Amino acid sequence: MRKKIEKDAGERMVRTGCPSHNCGGRCLLLVYVKNGVITRIEGDDRPGDTLEDPQLRACIRGRGYRHRQYHPDRLKVPMKRVGKRGEGKFARISWDEAVDRVAGEMSRVKEKYGNSAMFVPYGTGGYSQITGRQTAQRLMNLFGGSLGFYNSYSWAAIAAATPTVYGTSVTGNQRQDWLNSKYILMWSWNPAEARDGTNSEYFIRMARERGARTVCVDPRMSPSAVSLADEWVPIRPGTDAAMMSAMVHVMITEKLLDAEFIRTHCVGFDETQMPPGCEGEESYRDYILGTQDGTPKTPEWAERITGVARATIARIAREYATTKPAVLYQGYGMQRRAYGEQVVRAGCVLAAITGNVGIPGGWAGGMALQAPDGGPLWIVFPPGHNPVNASIPSFLWSEAVLRGKGMGPEDGVVGVDRLDNNIKLIYAVASNCLVNQHANINRTAGILRDEERLEFLVVQDNFLTSTGRFADILLPACTQFETWGVEDGWKYGDEVLLMPKIVEPPFETKSDYAICAEIARKLGIGEAYTKGRDERGWVEWALDRYKKTRFPGLPSLDEFERSNAGVYSVPVTKPAVAFEDFRRDPVGHPLPTPSGRIEIFSKKLFDLKKPASIPAVPKYIQEWESPFGPEAAKYPLQAVGHHGLARVHSTFDNVDWLNEAFPQRLFINPLDAGPRSIKDGEAVRVFNERGATVVPCRLTTRIMPGVVTLPQGAWWAPDEKGTDRRGSINVLTSERWTPFAFGNAQHTNMVQVEKAKGR
Amino acid sequence: MNAVRRFAFFFDSSSCSGCKACQMACKDKNDLGPGVLWRKVYEIAGGGWRRDGEVWAPRVYAYNISLACNHCEDPACLRSCPTKAIVKGPDGIVVLNSRACIGCRYCEWSCPYGAPRYEGERGVMGKCDFCFDLVEKGEKPACVAACPMRALDFGELEVLKEKYGGTDAIFPMPQASQTGPSLLIKPHRSAGLAGKGTAGVANDEET
Repeated sequence: MRKKIEKDAGERMVRTGCPSHNCGGRCLLLVYVKNGVITRIEGDDRPGDTLEDPQLRACIRGRGYRHRQYHPDRLKVPMKRVGKRGEGKFARISWDEAVDRVAGEMSRVKEKYGNSAMFVPYGTGGYSQITGRQTAQRLMNLFGGSLGFYNSYSWAAIAAATPTVYGTSVTGNQRQDWLNSKYILMWSWNPAEARDGTNSEYFIRMARERGARTVCVDPRMSPSAVSLADEWVPIRPGTDAAMMSAMVHVMITEKLLDAEFIRTHCVGFDETQMPPGCEGEESYRDYILGTQDGTPKTPEWAERITGVARATIARIAREYATTKPAVLYQGYGMQRRAYGEQVVRAGCVLAAITGNVGIPGGWAGGMALQAPDGGPLWIVFPPGHNPVNASIPSFLWSEAVLRGKGMGPEDGVVGVDRLDNNIKLIYAVASNCLVNQHANINRTAGILRDEERLEFLVVQDNFLTSTGRFADILLPACTQFETWGVEDGWKYGDEVLLMPKIVEPPFETKSDYAICAEIARKLGIGEAYTKGRDERGWVEWALDRYKKTRFPGLPSLDEFERSNAGVYSVPVTKPAVAFEDFRRDPVGHPLPTPSGRIEIFSKKLFDLKKPASIPAVPKYIQEWESPFGPEAAKYPLQAVGHHGLARVHSTFDNVDWLNEAFPQRLFINPLDAGPRSIKDGEAVRVFNERGATVVPCRLTTRIMPGVVTLPQGAWWAPDEKGTDRRGSINVLTSERWTPFAFGNAQHTNMVQVEKAKGR
Repeated sequence: MNAVRRFAFFFDSSSCSGCKACQMACKDKNDLGPGVLWRKVYEIAGGGWRRDGEVWAPRVYAYNISLACNHCEDPACLRSCPTKAIVKGPDGIVVLNSRACIGCRYCEWSCPYGAPRYEGERGVMGKCDFCFDLVEKGEKPACVAACPMRALDFGELEVLKEKYGGTDAIFPMPQASQTGPSLLIKPHRSAGLAGKGTAGVANDEET
């Protein structure tokens, strides 16, 4: 009766790293294959599962990967555009023709404009070395280079602001140290859903079981607030820096600060420790007490801004300042906003003035790359030297298409005084960032439709994405199960995951690497590109890099493959703590800041002379779209696009198993839905000046009144009138960038919601 | 595991984030198409908000319940099946033999937990079989092994009771006395509140 039909004859199992789509984790999968087809996927089966070396358990996306892998819509053959750009009409071509065309256009644009007119945009669809944008960057670099970019769509503000305080982004302890904490303030941080390192949520759970009190500050009662927090403090989006400022006010007036640590390790807290040349300028204490601007940043002041009760603000301030050691973990959502730099600096300063820096169980805040060495290397596949010196912020590529020639430092250009070209050719690999993930899709689509402006767009991917629909040439890439790869942790972690080729690339698909190698051969730089290596050869090369840096004990590729271990991990027995040396001896081990200390007041920022948008001490600044601005009359609701588990950014949007688990919804509070006569499950129209989307809604008390959230990443699906029908938040977002980091502010949006009428 | 007389699931609702890795592990192992869930995760949410001057004060609660077949002591599905396609093994695992199933759906209606699900394509019922094939090999059921939060466990009911304590029903699950589920739940702190308030299943269309 209980016999299973014998399924496993001829079946083999391969342990492998989960295909890495910038999900926030790096996990181990057991992939079962029969007759060249993946039949099922299991998770990490290593015995033990200790805190020092925990299993790397995959989420719903990795576990459901078969329905992406074997999706009927996989791109199968190379294609060329036959309609107008963006119409999405394509015709099949041969690989020869496709390679000829791409190589020909690269040569033409190089000849006509120069290398700086070409661009390989930001995109995070592949992180396995052999898949991903770095393969095309290597091609470009060997061909004379292309316009470069720096920073990211994820971390622009936090990566730029953290070093203004600490001089480095390596401000995080190894995560097992969270178990030493007594109080964990999860600010805009949702590891149960966004992961932020495999096992981050599990470590917080264990810290809580060991007695840590946990508080979640978030406009949304996130899965982390439900499962990891003792208390949820809802806060109006974009006002976090106001609450942080008021907490400091409480700490100053109630003398809860670590005055000794401030005196010995910080600069700019008060008038006694201003940097030379800035004596008499507004110190942080001045700002908090309102000495110069006349506005004390009291809990009463912050209550009006944040919507958080003054008593709650004061209590959280007391708890954080007195329950030691304490963690204030800053998530990334609140820094993808207008003036996102401020909240990063404010959080770091809170950690510093309470003396939580450099101690076990504490947390310095900010970027928090893992001590002692910065943690995972992410991509080691070598793009090589880019002969074009010019580089732009990743988010400003559309500006460089429109008006690149002449763009300079005011637009974040580095490496040259001014750009000498507009972008004329884009080679997008594993990137849906041109259309879907960039802000203000309707604007971007208009820019890309102009075939005079951007002369050639090649898109290389697994599916016909929103970006792919604008391609002139579409190249079908295989998935990460269909080629070799290797990866290490996502931000945190101490492991290397091998990704052997498990099944053959189907149809005419090839790895990103193989495609770029063919184009290189056509351009006469094939040997320079491959150095005689195939995909497996580069994985061997990459393993050698890991061995020479973070993992001296790493086995050879042959051994690694033969063992079918899938993962090589280093147990963390004594978690590293950032800034331990500096804490012990600030003179002998100064920080790499101009003062050698923690810069609460940054002279570097002061010297920019933009105090209204880039103050020298962290401040709350009202956002350019805000419930307190005139725009709120027409568009009264704040809209954010949280990271859901149905997708990794835009990857997986077309997977039925994931849509079943987490269907795309606008989440709206019944108090906002009621006056609009909107009922649970109904289609609603969400709109502002930039665009509109129609999507079913979920009425939920788990979102603060006045705020709606639409999980980011749904594939733009405009109807004949241009209204999106899939719930793609980027029809609502703005292309305006943050003042210091030149980063995206895609969570700063005011919108209106109404019941959708007919079609 | 040979000596086990009553296999049971343990579920820590207080630590469940609702990530549905358990649900997906089940779907992949059993190759279940969209629309068929042998394990599903209910989101229970309720409460409300009070405006107090400038402040929005939440009185909101939410938690999750991950539920498969509870392999009951007295399975209602088994009693209702006209073709005796459902049997309970000596280890307590309740198995549905799809070859004997005529797809009448009586078991679906009789189960207070809605565990048996109709598979339209095959015209038969299906449900959680505790991954007995894995368990017999000394492995964990797919859902238990999948949980990133380590909120699921399994084993002999009495042993689990000793290890975790817990209860066999939280709001809004049916009274356990109906069928005697082989299930232990560590309740979320909000479960008591929810039973008294406005809460309900918030994600019906996902389950």
